[in-house]
Amino acid sequence: MAILLYAESADGKIKKVALELASYAKKVAAQLNTTVTAITINNTDTSILATYGVDKICNVSEPKLATFNAKAYSDTIAQLAKKEGSQLVLLAATTDSLYLAPLVAVALEAGYASNVVALPESISPFQVKRTAFSNKAFNITEITTPIKVLGIAKNSFGIHENPVTAQTEAFTPTLSDADFNIKVENIEKVSGKVTIADAEIVVSAGRGMKGPENWGMIEELASVLGAATACSKPVSDIGWRPHSEHVGQTGKPVASNLYIAIGISGAIQHIAGINSSKVKVVINTDPEAPFFKVADYGVVGDAFTIVPALIEKLKAFKAANS
Amino acid sequence: MPEKYFKSETMKILVCISNVPDTTSKINFTNGDSEFDTNGVQFVINPNDEFGLTRAMWFKEKQNATITVATVGAADAEATLRKALAIGADDAIRINAQPTDGYFVAKQLANVVKEGNYDLIIAGKESLDYNGGMVPGMLAGLLGFNFVNACVGLEINENNATVIREIDGGKETVTATLPLIIGGQKGLVEEKDLRIPNMRGIMMARSKAITVVEVSENNTATKAVKFEKPAPKSAVKLINPDNLDELIALLHNEAKVI
Repeated sequence: MAILLYAESADGKIKKVALELASYAKKVAAQLNTTVTAITINNTDTSILATYGVDKICNVSEPKLATFNAKAYSDTIAQLAKKEGSQLVLLAATTDSLYLAPLVAVALEAGYASNVVALPESISPFQVKRTAFSNKAFNITEITTPIKVLGIAKNSFGIHENPVTAQTEAFTPTLSDADFNIKVENIEKVSGKVTIADAEIVVSAGRGMKGPENWGMIEELASVLGAATACSKPVSDIGWRPHSEHVGQTGKPVASNLYIAIGISGAIQHIAGINSSKVKVVINTDPEAPFFKVADYGVVGDAFTIVPALIEKLKAFKAANS
Repeated sequence: MPEKYFKSETMKILVCISNVPDTTSKINFTNGDSEFDTNGVQFVINPNDEFGLTRAMWFKEKQNATITVATVGAADAEATLRKALAIGADDAIRINAQPTDGYFVAKQLANVVKEGNYDLIIAGKESLDYNGGMVPGMLAGLLGFNFVNACVGLEINENNATVIREIDGGKETVTATLPLIIGGQKGLVEEKDLRIPNMRGIMMARSKAITVVEVSENNTATKAVKFEKPAPKSAVKLINPDNLDELIALLHNEAKVI
């Protein structure tokens, strides 16, 4: 009845979110006196999972699954869950896992709680804490079905090493043509840039920048920090920055370690969307800007002098600390 | 998956909407913190659903589709259904129950889909109140229909759909046949193109039907036990712009994020 987690990979490497799932699963497994199984798809470079407590790694080696397909992947995960008799199935909060989770839940007749931020409050009845109301509140939810699917919020639990010797096994799902009705025609991806979803640090800017021509320093700051760039809704609406950079309640969520907001006043909807980031730095000329109320660190002043100065100091800091 | 041997002349679209608190609402709880306090709160169509409704209107106007909007909600949800009708949906269905659990909502909507034989089902990928993010996917699982989530583009040609899905760092274009379920979000239509009710729409909405359906079985898979507000934040640490070294030191030593 091992806990099962779906460990996503990107470019042949296990994603950090999978290590968060493993860390979470290991703690719950200890409470339930059971073990942790991870399922990986088309990736045999998975030994890192054992460092984080995964006892068994089942890899599916299947060319038909080379491209992500929600129905086929969810069928695969559900089949392994049934085979293992798993009562708890963990998924991350990535785009693909969010797509998969409800399909896995229905296949297992399981209740599903998304955006889970902590270990279960109780096992019997099974209750977990999750975020709700766009990050403005927490909700303790009870899952009443025998099998439970949890979507673990990014950067909420952290990663904790717990090295074990892992067993590795091949798993072969039974897939049919009906699993492949959705055909991928084209994938358009910006390569080489860290995405907002994966970034540890996000550098974001808004109307305070006065115009799209001033974004050079934002991109440079992001580059020095190895960060993703993001923007507020108004500047994406008026076309200063691409829609893909819009973060906020109706844009992308941000759950990075550090969020730096430059020239963004802090509308409720923006803050709701970035609230899961651990540390927030706000740079704004207006000391009354609402964003300062939720910031950890703030600098009141002109971004056009502060940001270039910060870039130079960070370059020196990086050089001294490498 | 059900096969449609006799395709109706017009595409039948079902737009599933949630009735949610306006994005600027203060969030408070009542009844021992077990329920959301609706006192003084304005309710609106869930933003992710609005993008889907506007796209459906495009299909209605350009491709002769019909639109039914459906929601799971109590009588107070009818105001939001009327807004959708005023935007241009043809008729509405209200399943008379509180939408307390995503699985329950999906089961009710699945019954509506089966009854109505819809070609295209559009639901927002996530509602801004409970943030479950599960209804479109569960609907697809229950019905065995094709499903694409995080939809930022949708074209339909006869029985074939070309759907653009937002992925990390880009977009993926997929094709699928109808019937199809999509989980809509921002980007499905441009924000500036979102439809809002005009006077004529509001007048016409008055004579459009809202059918109330009673719940047959009450199976839920989760229940909300309690709500909590986050702990109050401590005050911001302000750093002098002439002393950015201190900011870097704090981020490195105190916050440990660089």
